Amino acid sequence: MSAPDLLDYSRRWPLRLVLASVGLFLYLPLLVLVAMSFNDSRQTTVWRGFTLDWYARLGGNLELLAALGNSLAIAALATLLSLLLGTLAAIALWRFRFPGLGLVSAAFALPIVVPEICMGVAMLIFFARILPWPAGLPWPLSLGPIVIAHVAFIFPFVAVIVRARLESFNRETEEAARDLGAGPWRALLDVVVPHLKPSLVAGALLAFTLSLDDFVITFFTAGPDTVTFPVKVYSMVRFGVTPEVNAVSTVLLVLTVALTALALRVQALAGEKLAP
Amino acid sequence: MTKRFGPVVAVDDVSLAIAEGEFFALLGPSGCGKTTLLRMLAGFETPTKGRILIDGEDYTRTPPNRRPVNMVFQSYAVFPHMTVSENIAYGLKMDGVRAAERRERVAEALALVQLEGLGDRRPDQLSGGQRQRVALARALVKRPRVVLLDEPLSALDAKLREELRFELSRLQDRVGITFVMVTHDQDEALALATRCAVMHKGSLVQVATPADLYEFPSSRLVADFIGSVNLFEGRVRVDESDHAIIDLPEAGITAWLDHGTGASETVQIWLAIRPEKMELHKRENGAAPPVMEGTPEGYNVMPGTIADIAYLGSESVYEVRLETGKMVRVIRPNLTRWDQEDFTWDEPVWLGWHAEAAAVLLQ
Repeated sequence: MSAPDLLDYSRRWPLRLVLASVGLFLYLPLLVLVAMSFNDSRQTTVWRGFTLDWYARLGGNLELLAALGNSLAIAALATLLSLLLGTLAAIALWRFRFPGLGLVSAAFALPIVVPEICMGVAMLIFFARILPWPAGLPWPLSLGPIVIAHVAFIFPFVAVIVRARLESFNRETEEAARDLGAGPWRALLDVVVPHLKPSLVAGALLAFTLSLDDFVITFFTAGPDTVTFPVKVYSMVRFGVTPEVNAVSTVLLVLTVALTALALRVQALAGEKLAP
Repeated sequence: MTKRFGPVVAVDDVSLAIAEGEFFALLGPSGCGKTTLLRMLAGFETPTKGRILIDGEDYTRTPPNRRPVNMVFQSYAVFPHMTVSENIAYGLKMDGVRAAERRERVAEALALVQLEGLGDRRPDQLSGGQRQRVALARALVKRPRVVLLDEPLSALDAKLREELRFELSRLQDRVGITFVMVTHDQDEALALATRCAVMHKGSLVQVATPADLYEFPSSRLVADFIGSVNLFEGRVRVDESDHAIIDLPEAGITAWLDHGTGASETVQIWLAIRPEKMELHKRENGAAPPVMEGTPEGYNVMPGTIADIAYLGSESVYEVRLETGKMVRVIRPNLTRWDQEDFTWDEPVWLGWHAEAAAVLLQ
């Protein structure tokens, strides 16, 4: 028998142990949560039998549905704006050489590393002092502060993804479009954007997910009539973890996992296409 | 025209007139400014100084999409998300050509570059040579005044390159459009172009037909860049209208030229002799040196020893060491199947050249 490879995790027991404990601590709580959302009991610790009651009851919870509506609307708006801003930022950083390029580039990436709690507090002060949002606006407008806050921390993620994709762009194709009679914007639309498509899809999915399940920043910018899904879940938990909360969380979990998986898949497909 | 990038002068006061229907080549090593010059013609760079006239009209500041000029890019830059037909139709669409006429002209262009039946293919289903044809068709379909080609064959392998060379020149002949090509490959330039401009450090060094460039280079730089050459420093001793005698201290002999040089006896000149114009003769102890054609006895012949041989099939390249230590290159065609056995390593030989074979270079 050959000497076991240090990194051959399937053979060396310490590595297998690490793997197992990661799985345990990461996924077991989630599994319990999902399982208990189907539990036919008010108690969240004892298994009584299978039921879909809790999910059915969610359908009747109007406050929760309103929160979900808010969340989806915010996510859709934030995704659209982040996509636009992020793409433009990426193209600007890629195309132009100007003094302070490194600084601007770092400034764009900052929201990725700034602690969310700081972003949240900053946004709170911003909307209290600098841009007080009028109360009592009709529905989508009332979501303004949350959308703005979401865009601020999400568009850098989109920019990073798009910027990476631009690296593989053959600039001669854009010049070819110009040479063949396209104006600068037309060439951008006809040649650059099609190349960016996979990164735009991935960026959009990521943006949607980030917006949908953000709690901290939203918590600081949400008003009493603009409660989002995660914030609503939090307020439900304060009255104790009920199977209903489990069901809600499972819905959120499935939604985000599905979107993230889709985003990864799209990016992987684009990567394959890129290597002919 | 002049083009500066910051302190760097990429193109330095270049003036060129290219005739209609010409196949013009800009030839030079990388970084000599030839690509910048081409990009100024296409409209991707604006000259710092100077003008671009096409048919007498000034296009110096016209953006690329409004010039009667189309380019074949080095990477071909075929749009990967469009089919071959869509690629070729793109320029017509931008010009507002109606769909029916577009279809007709695309079909015509496909036939012109022999890609019939491949119109629905995607670029990633094409070979390198086919992609190049798509790029060509895409440029030609717009019927521009000038087609610019940036190293059109450099991305292809040697065999294909040779084939496409003939095809490209036939194609240009057929469409009659002026072609301007940039290349660092002298074979490509000589084979394709009706005229070549040799560029060096942003300046034009010589503009001539391929044959003139090779046989009558204007400077050591051109002689050395186009093909290979043996250069001897020398000084004119006798300069008459029908002949000249030149001392070549590097070779330890005196050269005879069948025409005058017009060079002053005080300046240094260079004698350039192409390797294939050098003759190789056996040298036996005590035997008299051979007499070269058109040359009195004792001129244009020098003794040496074969230092190295490269057998290339159609020809053999001999490196010969003169008694002065200078190395001279001789190319000898292998006209029969046994020619390469005539000479061997370390063999004493005579090297010689005809009275008309050498070119005198003043710079």
